[in-house]
Amino acid sequence: MKYKEEAEILSQESLGEDIFSMWLRTEHIAKEAEPGQFLSLYCRDESRLLPRPISLCEIDRENCRLRLVYRIAGAGTREFAGLQAGDRITVLGPLGHGFPLAESGRALIVGGGIGVPPLLQLARELPGEKTLVMGYRSRTYLEQELRKEAPLVISTEDGSLGTKGNVIDAIRENHLTADTIYACGPLPMLRALKSFAQEHHMKAWISMEEKMACGIGACLGCVVTSRDIDDHSKVRNVRVCAEGPVFDAEEVIF
Amino acid sequence: MNLEVNIAGVVLKNPVMTASGTFGSGMEYAELMDPGLLGAIVTKGVASVPWPGNPGPRIAETASGMLNAIGLQNPGVDTFVKRDLKFLEQYPDTRVIVNVCGHTEEEYLEVVDRLADEERVDLLEINISCPNVREGGLAFGQNPKTAEAITKSVKRHAKQPVIMKLSPNVTDIREMARAAESGGADAISLINTITGMKFDIMRRKFALANRTGGLSGPAIKPVAVRMVYEAAHTVSIPVIGMGGIQTWQDAVEFLMAGASAVSVGTANFHDPEAAPKIVEGIRGYMERFGMESVSEIALTESGSASGAS
Ligand SMILES: Cc1cc2nc3c(=O)[nH]c(=O)nc-3n(C[C@H](O)[C@H](O)[C@H](O)COP(=O)(O)OP(=O)(O)OC[C@H]3O[C@@H](n4cnc5c(N)ncnc54)[C@H](O)[C@@H]3O)c2cc1C
Ligand SMILES: Cc1cc2nc3c(=O)[nH]c(=O)nc-3n(C[C@H](O)[C@H](O)[C@H](O)COP(=O)(O)O)c2cc1C
Ligand code: FES
Repeated sequence: MKYKEEAEILSQESLGEDIFSMWLRTEHIAKEAEPGQFLSLYCRDESRLLPRPISLCEIDRENCRLRLVYRIAGAGTREFAGLQAGDRITVLGPLGHGFPLAESGRALIVGGGIGVPPLLQLARELPGEKTLVMGYRSRTYLEQELRKEAPLVISTEDGSLGTKGNVIDAIRENHLTADTIYACGPLPMLRALKSFAQEHHMKAWISMEEKMACGIGACLGCVVTSRDIDDHSKVRNVRVCAEGPVFDAEEVIF
Repeated sequence: MNLEVNIAGVVLKNPVMTASGTFGSGMEYAELMDPGLLGAIVTKGVASVPWPGNPGPRIAETASGMLNAIGLQNPGVDTFVKRDLKFLEQYPDTRVIVNVCGHTEEEYLEVVDRLADEERVDLLEINISCPNVREGGLAFGQNPKTAEAITKSVKRHAKQPVIMKLSPNVTDIREMARAAESGGADAISLINTITGMKFDIMRRKFALANRTGGLSGPAIKPVAVRMVYEAAHTVSIPVIGMGGIQTWQDAVEFLMAGASAVSVGTANFHDPEAAPKIVEGIRGYMERFGMESVSEIALTESGSASGAS
């Protein structure tokens, strides 16, 4: 079930480098949310009509709280960063299909850039043996929280911490292997992981991004090309907001 | 007082419908609002066979508006009948208007024929105004002669009353409205989106893979109101007005300009409950002005610029 709610902002804090962390209280959404799902956030400024999709970073079902971690990318996210505890924000969720949580052998959970946040809740809920691989530009964020869930391997572009380079470099340098990859991050990273998984006969689940308008599957604005004919669209297109954002890497062409 | 309006012999319980392509067939929205509150649901464009649409990105936000270049992706009329029309059976008090698209006249007619005996289809809306497909579509909608010709052929085949959906991407909307009326259209609807373009200056790329897209939302409203006014004062068939309607106040403007009913499009993305809220707002407005029927909202004036036909 999807809900539109006036969520209460419980806290707002900067994590450095234009990245913010916001805790929200919702009536229904948190209770039903799963890792990898997202919210649509509506702007107060009416000239920005379209909702902004932001992934769920942490889900506290018991206390009906959700954490969002986001980077200022433009006017909408800048507006969100200006909200304070006690303010309200209109949100729609939980949206999309998240990561499958059935145990599937050893897992590598791989995040890059602003793709790191949704993997925190996944790391918490995915059963079985898992290793986290997170790629940053320079400064890390969410590092302490991630370390609590599983062993963490880090790459930084400038080499200030961990492997110098990207997540693939870190995986190779540390000789990491697994049965299944779970990933969120920029397209070049997802492409590299898809071929890495093919090479090593691993399954890969990836979270995709596309510009959205409705966020619920009605407008067909957010499609990506699929390998097979999709049952809903009857063509080779799948909706990131409905069938996704998490896809079997083999099933999407990008 | 009642909110009923009559479009070509079909009675809508209120003058508010959802604009084609912004609401699917209501299936996705039904979780967030009650489609049964609408006067009519206008479906996403349906073609004779599945269409893949354009590559992504298909969406770009602009100031108080958005560009889209979906390219009329749709699952084809067979799936539409089996799945979408079936779904719509649960809202017997809401009229169903099926938006029809095609590349050629034959393709339009195939869909019209296929829907002829479907009882759930109350009206057809023929889209001759999509700016996002290269052939057909807009080509029919930018030339009065071809617009009149396709209206005539559709009318020969259709069992339901026919609404011709007009493009704003023309020099004189009155000519196009007249062409649809002479072709035998039972009603017209306008406006479809206005062709636009946007660049992503940091990535140094077109914002839309299709390069151009259709502008919709509040940004286009004054243009839409003007065109609806001109069309409504040119033809005597009903006019369905749309373009940037987000609130009941916006809807009342279109009704004042001479529209018989209104469609809510992009506003659904901003607020899934926008359309039912507009129904209630129009009711409140009519109560306040002591109006008995929706048609009283239209501004009557003598010596209007364009005059009646
Ligand atoms: C499923 C999903 C989950 C996401 N999760 C997160 C997250 O957890 N943290 C985070 O920081 N960012 C996330 N993003 C990206 C985030 O949606 C954009 O950064 C945000 O919409 C930018 O809005 P803006 O107004 O600040 O920027 P602008 O560039 O001014 O936005 C203009 C328009 O483009 C859209 N847009 C811009 N960038 C993106 C993008 N990358 N993806 C989709 N739409 C975009 C906006 O929604 C808006 O409609 C996610 C995107 C998707 C699709
Ligand atoms: C995402 C999107 C998809 C659309 N698809 C169609 C379509 O399939 N057929 C059609 O006739 N109009 C289509 N339209 C145009 C709308 O029905 C409407 O004419 C236009 O958006 C103006 O109204 P608005 O400003 O309220 O959105 C689409 C518009 C949008 C934004
Ligand atoms: S954003 Fe409308 S279908 Fe995905």
